[in-house]
Order: sequence, then C-alpha cells, then structure tokens
Amino acid sequence: MGGIAPMAENPPAIVMDGAGLQSLLEALADRGYQVIGPQVADGAIVYQSLAAASDLPAGWIEQQDGGHYRLVESGDARRFAHVVGPHTWKRFLYPSLQRLWSATRQGQGFEISTEGEQPKYAFIGVRACELRAIGIHDKVFIDSGFTDAGYAERRRRNFLVAVNCARAGDTCFCASMGSGPDVGDGYDLALTEIGDADDPSYLVEAGSDAGADLQRMLPGRPAGADDLSAAADAVAAAARSMGREMVADAGPLLKRHLEHRQWDAVAERCLNCTNCTMVCPTCFCSTVEDVTDLSGMETERIRKWDSCFTLDFSYIHGGAVRREGGSRYRQWMTHKLAYWWDQFGESGCVGCGRCITWCPVGIDITEEARAIAASETAGQGED
Amino acid sequence: MNVLAPNRTVGQDPMVPRSFVIERVRKELSDTYTMDLVPRDGLPFRFEPGQFNMLYVFGVGEVPISISGDSKVTAGISHTTRSVGKVSAALNALQPGDVVGVRGPYGAPWPVADVHGMDVVFVAGGVGLAPLRPAIYWVLAHRAEFGNVAIFYGARTPEDILFRREVQQWRGRFDMTVHVTVDRATGAWSGKVGVVTQLIKGGGFDRHNAVALVCGPEVMMRYAAEALGERGMPKQNIHVSMERNMKCAVGFCGHCQWGANFVCKDGPVFSYDRAEPLLSIWEL
Repeated sequence: MGGIAPMAENPPAIVMDGAGLQSLLEALADRGYQVIGPQVADGAIVYQSLAAASDLPAGWIEQQDGGHYRLVESGDARRFAHVVGPHTWKRFLYPSLQRLWSATRQGQGFEISTEGEQPKYAFIGVRACELRAIGIHDKVFIDSGFTDAGYAERRRRNFLVAVNCARAGDTCFCASMGSGPDVGDGYDLALTEIGDADDPSYLVEAGSDAGADLQRMLPGRPAGADDLSAAADAVAAAARSMGREMVADAGPLLKRHLEHRQWDAVAERCLNCTNCTMVCPTCFCSTVEDVTDLSGMETERIRKWDSCFTLDFSYIHGGAVRREGGSRYRQWMTHKLAYWWDQFGESGCVGCGRCITWCPVGIDITEEARAIAASETAGQGED
Repeated sequence: MNVLAPNRTVGQDPMVPRSFVIERVRKELSDTYTMDLVPRDGLPFRFEPGQFNMLYVFGVGEVPISISGDSKVTAGISHTTRSVGKVSAALNALQPGDVVGVRGPYGAPWPVADVHGMDVVFVAGGVGLAPLRPAIYWVLAHRAEFGNVAIFYGARTPEDILFRREVQQWRGRFDMTVHVTVDRATGAWSGKVGVVTQLIKGGGFDRHNAVALVCGPEVMMRYAAEALGERGMPKQNIHVSMERNMKCAVGFCGHCQWGANFVCKDGPVFSYDRAEPLLSIWEL
C-alpha cells in the first residue's frame, strides 16, 4: 500500500524529462498495473485508463467557479497544470456500483459466492487533497473496527504516483484545510513539474519501497538543489493562489449553530441533486440493491453510492427523518467539517473544491461556513 | 445442500451473511412474528441484550432487527419482527425450514451487566418490548443481584400487547412489578388506559439508585425519559434504544448517522445524557 511500508533507504530524487513519463507508464504496466490517469474527455479532465504519456492533458487548464467548469488552453506544454475535475479516485477504489456477493437458491436455502481477484491499479497524478482523501477512506473502510475486504485488497495492490500542484484552481481551498498543495506523504512516487513550461521536466521522489524500486527503472539525472528549490517554489506559489478559503475552526462553529437561519437560506437554493456528494472524494455513503433474475434462482447484492441529500436516505418506517432540504444540507456539511473529527479524528473535507464547481447552482461550502461565522460575529442568526 | 461455501472470504467480509434455518415461527400479533433461527454451521451464536442482527431474505433485502431471545442460549437466536416494509413483510412470510442470512450481532447493548445492586425499570412501548426482552431475561436470571424490578408497558390496544403470556407470567411474580396500559381499551379490558408516562409517575423505584431501560417510538422515549427525570432519575441512568435507517450495520453506509454517532456502532442504546441534546435538534 502506498507509503505505508517503511523505506529501507531513501533514494535521492531524480529529474527526468517528458519522455521519462512514458518510461514510468511502461514500468508500471510491466509490473501488472492497470494504469489510470488524467485525460481530456467530454470537455473535462477525467480519470481513465492511460495508454500512453501522450494522452496526458498537456496544454490544458480549467476555469472553475461555483457551478462553472471549462477547459481552456494554457498556451504551454505542462501536463499537470490542471487541477481536479469531476472524477475522484474513489470511482476505482470504491466503485459507484459494486457487487458485494451473489447467491443461488438451493432448496429452501441459498449458497453465497463472493468476488474473485481485485484489480491492481496504479494512479498517475494523485493530488495532495486526493491523497488525503484516500487516507480518509482507508480509515473508514480498514481502520474503524470493521474491514471492507474488497477495498482493503484494492488498496493493498494500489500504486500511487502523486503530483504536487504548481497551480491552484479557482475553487481550491486545500491550503486552509491543511491538506495541500504539498503532497506530504502516503505516496509511492511523487512528481513535481518544473523547468521550461514548453518542455517541462519532472522531479521524482520516492515515498515507499515500491516507489524506490520503480524509481531506479526511470531515466534521469540526480536532482540538484536548484531543482528542489524550483519544486518548492512552485508548490508555495500554488498555496498562495488558492481560489477559496475555509474559515478557521469550522467544525466547532457549525456545532454551535445546528439551529440557524442559514440552513433555511441554503435550502432555498439547494436542488438536492446529490452532485456534491458524488464528486466529493471522501463521501462514502452507500445503499444496497438486490437484483434477482426472472427465475428467482439467482440474486446479487449490489452496493451503490448513495447521498444524504435524498429523502430515502434517512427513511425509517413512518417516514424520512430529514424531510427538509436544510436538514439534509446540514447533515452533509456538519458531517464533513464537524462530526468527521469525532468519528475519525480528522476533517472529512480536504478542500478540493469539487462540490463548489459541480453544484448546478454554485453553492459554496466556504461561503456557507463564512455566513454562519459572520452571523456569530454580528451576534445574530439563531432561530 | 444449502450451506454457505466454506471459503475464506466468507466470514472475513462483514458484508457477507451466515445462513440460519428457521426452526419455529410464532405469530405474536396480527402483523408481528417471532422466529427462532439455528445456524447452518452449528457454531454458537453469542450476543448481549440490546444488540441486533441484519436479517437477509433471499432476493428481497436486508433489515436490522433486534434480538428478542435469551442471551444465555447460544444454539440459536430469536427475532420478533413487525411487518412495516418490503423486507420485514417478506421475512414474516417465511416458513420453518426456510433459510435466512444473518450478519451480527451488532451495536452497544443495554448496560445490564454494569448495574448490580440497582433497581431496574423497563419502559416499553408497543413492539419496543422485543429489544428489551433479552435484558428482562438477564435481570430475572440474576434476580438476587438487583433491587426492585419494574416493567412499565404501553400498547395501543389490548390486542397489541406483545408476549402476552409472558407478560402475564411476569405479572404473577412476587419479585417484580408489571404495569400495563393501553391507549385505547377494547373488548373486556379492565386495566389502565392512557400513556406509559402515567405509569412512571406511580414510581416504585429508588430514584437515587435505579436504572431505566426505555424502548419504543422516539416520541414515547422522550416523554418517558422526561417523566423519569421528573421522578428524580439522573439522565445518565436512563437508556434509550434509537432507530435509524441502516444498510450495513458496520459504519460503512453512513445512513444511521445521528450527530457524531453511527447508531449501528455507537448505539443503538444510548444513555439519555448523550441522547437528549441530539433529540432536541430538529431533523438531526
């Protein structure tokens, strides 16, 4: 698992040119990994199978704002100048549709069979916020009393190539969440795009034994002090250019205001479309469906992503617990920013900004938190 | 035969059930049945009073159902289920010999093992008596270790009194008191009419040294806890059993969240000093 195994030795960082990326993909493929990386498709940067380094989104960046996403040409050749799009890595580690098991009727009973081998994924271009999100899911599915066997196995086989952000998006706020833009640790290899924007180079740093092993296969020269400082400067520039900022101590703030007029105010705009929960890299809620064939002999239990924004989500006999939109938005936002700390010892929000960009009406979680904070300063807001 | 494949994944994965055979079905009320289940694998099933299982009906789905039997018995388990939805109705349509899937036991139990020497007050509403029955069995099995034992039970009508014969037996004992009230008297009912909180006002427990275990509809539990509080019982000695939507029971699906709690793991039993602040918030 990325970054978990301690390194026997710390191999010195290297710098490779753009062709080195193709060597990286080939080395991963040789080791049996299914390589997934960012590419342009349907007007967005998405994560899908990456056949060649030439498929990386060189020359593309996004314009992002509340309810707004457009790809625009960057005018240079950087492959990782974009930030994050609608996809998250959870679509591979925690698929939106997943067969838990299947069963065949036998007499008055049934026999259950489970899935076979799990896929072996290598992810290219995991950003700091996403690396944090994967760590958060590790805690949910592996380290909180019960272990999701499929998830744990996919993670055990997983290889993570992180990328330090050299540019922040207009809806990014990882710096104020303490989750980026520096990738920190938890990766196998980390890349930083440096040098000439028209012919960028890549600083390569290993973060695990598996990463160190792979780094030795890559062409490159030892990194110099100027390479390391160029990388550090790029990340620092990204930190300074965050498009958004979360108010300090948002968790305690929200807990003080579980009854607040702002919940009604956001409910007037929220469409309960569930987009924010689908694009969120940490949202993990799911439901199950039973699918049976026409003969009634074969059945499957399917787990699929669910959202706290649906009325069904909180249904118990007699009706839903959270009938009002404000209650559902409050559930989502307080879980992310407040209760996650109680449950898992960290924030459930990593500041990636996807919920802002992909909200069809542009609701901005940082603005909602700020509105509640402002009412506290002004001494008003309680119902 | 219909035995779970003994492969290694089964048993390790918390989402995969064990298969149990229905040994006996008892009709309790017009829409409520008790099923005794025995495991196909013959291994013992251990639980603590107040815990629940996820019961799976082939091809239909899975529901959380509290265990209503005796925790001293490990050869099988009993569940008492009211038909309120698709899965519970399908469960209640099954017959002896049919197989169901069982995942569990899950959840925090009633604190019966921690309250030796205290008076014990059971407050039940409707089928809320079912999750309390294992705790009642436990207290009666260790009767000498407790002070006064009282059951306050409210049902909608005399026909809705669950475990009627057992309630009558308990009522005939000299070492416990049983009070029953109905919302609406029908037939030859000559007992009390009114809400269960009226019974609590009658007292019969040492408020400084008593614990209350409360199970029923959420609104009933709130009023019962208030009535117990008015009688001087500290909130941390009052315990309620919460119900929320559950799909997994192991903290993966997120449905049962209630403030910072996963009701499946942190509950369903909560002391009222923890529950009250959450119950007071609209649609939490």
